Amino acid sequence: MATPDVALGPTSASLPGAGAPDLNKQRVFVASQWQLMWWRFCKHRVAVASALVVIGFYLVVVGADFLAYADPNASEAQRSLMPPQRVHLFDGWRFGPYVYAVKGARDLQSFKRVYRPDPSEKIPVRFFAKGFEYRFLGLIPTTRHLIGVDGGRDAAKTVFLLGTDVQGRDLWSRLMYGTRISLTIGLVGVTMSLVLGVILGGLSGFYGGIADTLIQRIIEILRSIPTIPLWMGLAAALPRDWSILQVYFAITIIISLLAWTELARVVRGRFLSLREEDFVVSARLVGCSQMRTIFVHMVPSFMSHIIAATTLALPAMIVSETALSFLGLGLRPPAMSWGVLLQQAQNVQTVAISPWLMLPAVPVIVVVMAFNFLGDGLRDAADPYGR
Amino acid sequence: MLAYIGRRALLAVFTVWAISVLSFVIIQLPPGDYVTSYIAQMASMGSVVTDEEAQNLRIQYGLGQPIYVQYLKWMRLIAQGNFGMSMEWRRPVTEVIGERFWLTVVVSVASLFLTWVLALPIGIYSAVRQYSVGDYVGTFVGFIGLAVPNFLLALVLLYLGFTLFNAHIGGLFSPELQDAPWSMARVWDLLKHLPIPALILGLAGTAQQIRIMRANLLDELRKPYVVTARSKGLTEIDLILKYPVRLALNPFASTIGYTLPYIVSGSIIVSLVLGLPTVGPLLLKALIAQDMFLAGTIVLLLGVMTVIGTLVSDILLVWVDPRIRLEET
Repeated sequence: MATPDVALGPTSASLPGAGAPDLNKQRVFVASQWQLMWWRFCKHRVAVASALVVIGFYLVVVGADFLAYADPNASEAQRSLMPPQRVHLFDGWRFGPYVYAVKGARDLQSFKRVYRPDPSEKIPVRFFAKGFEYRFLGLIPTTRHLIGVDGGRDAAKTVFLLGTDVQGRDLWSRLMYGTRISLTIGLVGVTMSLVLGVILGGLSGFYGGIADTLIQRIIEILRSIPTIPLWMGLAAALPRDWSILQVYFAITIIISLLAWTELARVVRGRFLSLREEDFVVSARLVGCSQMRTIFVHMVPSFMSHIIAATTLALPAMIVSETALSFLGLGLRPPAMSWGVLLQQAQNVQTVAISPWLMLPAVPVIVVVMAFNFLGDGLRDAADPYGR
Repeated sequence: MLAYIGRRALLAVFTVWAISVLSFVIIQLPPGDYVTSYIAQMASMGSVVTDEEAQNLRIQYGLGQPIYVQYLKWMRLIAQGNFGMSMEWRRPVTEVIGERFWLTVVVSVASLFLTWVLALPIGIYSAVRQYSVGDYVGTFVGFIGLAVPNFLLALVLLYLGFTLFNAHIGGLFSPELQDAPWSMARVWDLLKHLPIPALILGLAGTAQQIRIMRANLLDELRKPYVVTARSKGLTEIDLILKYPVRLALNPFASTIGYTLPYIVSGSIIVSLVLGLPTVGPLLLKALIAQDMFLAGTIVLLLGVMTVIGTLVSDILLVWVDPRIRLEET
């Protein structure tokens, strides 16, 4: 990871290409607010890189079934806890990725299944191979996947990029599907807290007085409660017979129930500082209705701040869901999320024997970091006149 | 100053009340009441609860009455120190929680302490030596600390300790002292085991505090009074510690209130991963078994503990910053 951004120090100009000052000055004067923000954001290289990472993750969300090459629910006792297979890219001098076939046997002393690659048998890995059937983007039925092997369901003829879990399910494919759930739960949750946060924060900041005091006290109280025990209590009370979808939404509601406070605080702060601004006062004086003052004049001027705050709230959501599912109180199998996958890595004995079960932690960490950097960059960019 | 502390104390009381309501909701949420699950529990053990006994239990807990009456009864029982029975353990909740609660307090306070002890000097150093190697290292570690959820960090450290050193880094006591009565040796053993969980728990908080301290101090260092002090010939270390650090400490102290709930929250999951004998694993087990009195009590105790900690840090803030002390709002 790169060091945090230094180029954005107070001295660095926020204009692109400071070489031609006159022309650039003119461009800056006529630029729209969004354009200024875009330029400033582009200066923040770490944030731009993080944005690309985040986009990449959401592409996985869209194309999870294309990137997966094995049915994530297909279990096979014959290949339980298989280590990741090494993919050899070159067959001699020719590009032709292949893996060695793997022979599984039970070690008679430790009674563990051990797997040994068999160099005599090469299994070619093909691109756009046929696999299980799914609907691409939920519409087009197809059986093509990014990679795959011609082996069908033969336990010996498979490729496992990241190994398999206890039930012999392919970890890579499960990770792809888990990404879909983990990342959308964050989005849904953040949307819910955004609605709550904007309404309550707006009320608090715009009207002030008793409403403000009340809402601020509620926020203070909520923030001083340790959240995880509370979430655990609420999540444990969800009926066991609920469907995946019901649990999914219940968990999002539980998480966003306590997460809106930060957003409400940001919105309130913005409203407070804008309320006395000249343009708001004049809008009021020329007789704009309250609704118009808020939504046409005030909201656009702090929209960018809300976007930044939302981006910063997302990783917390993702971690919350992962934590709850990791404990077994969030999403439950057969639902797949990063937390559910990590459940298998809960005790150190399992992990010591099959360390690849810890791999779902990697996307959690990467995506949380990316969102944090992106949010930081957006927050800096949100105020183009800031420095 | 008294008015300020009074206001804070009032807010703390409200918070405790809100927490008690939420804990009560948790107890109430599962279908059926305590007595039906108790009867089922007893039946599965082979003993029968007579109707009369059931009736008595219902009266004791006020079941069947309006919700707010039940809540008041629960509160009254708590005021008498009776937190109800744990169905799973078939012992009073207070007995089940006992030592585990105090160990939770010890772990949380230790990591809060570690957070300060680490964040303060590192924050000062990165501000004074801005853009030095140490600053970059500090900031980088800080970002990692913020991004890696602490239970994953615990998992990774556990794995590394297991594979690299063949040592089990979890737990709070050595196996031979696990169930021993308290003695100097056991306290010493606890102190030896404490740093790793405290560090894991405190890392995110530390990272945040370093960032806050660094930013505040950087703002202060650019102010003219620093130049004045320097031109008077104060040594650099005296100067920095005496003026800008004191000023930068204020926002630093005010965020402590938010750090404690975070640490307590984290301690629940980290305890599970590291196998610490705190209330975390107990809470999870209680929730899964729907042992609601135990679960509700743990949530309540944790909440109250956090509120008290926050109150203490608020008072600390007044003590550090005379401006708040004098402000009569």
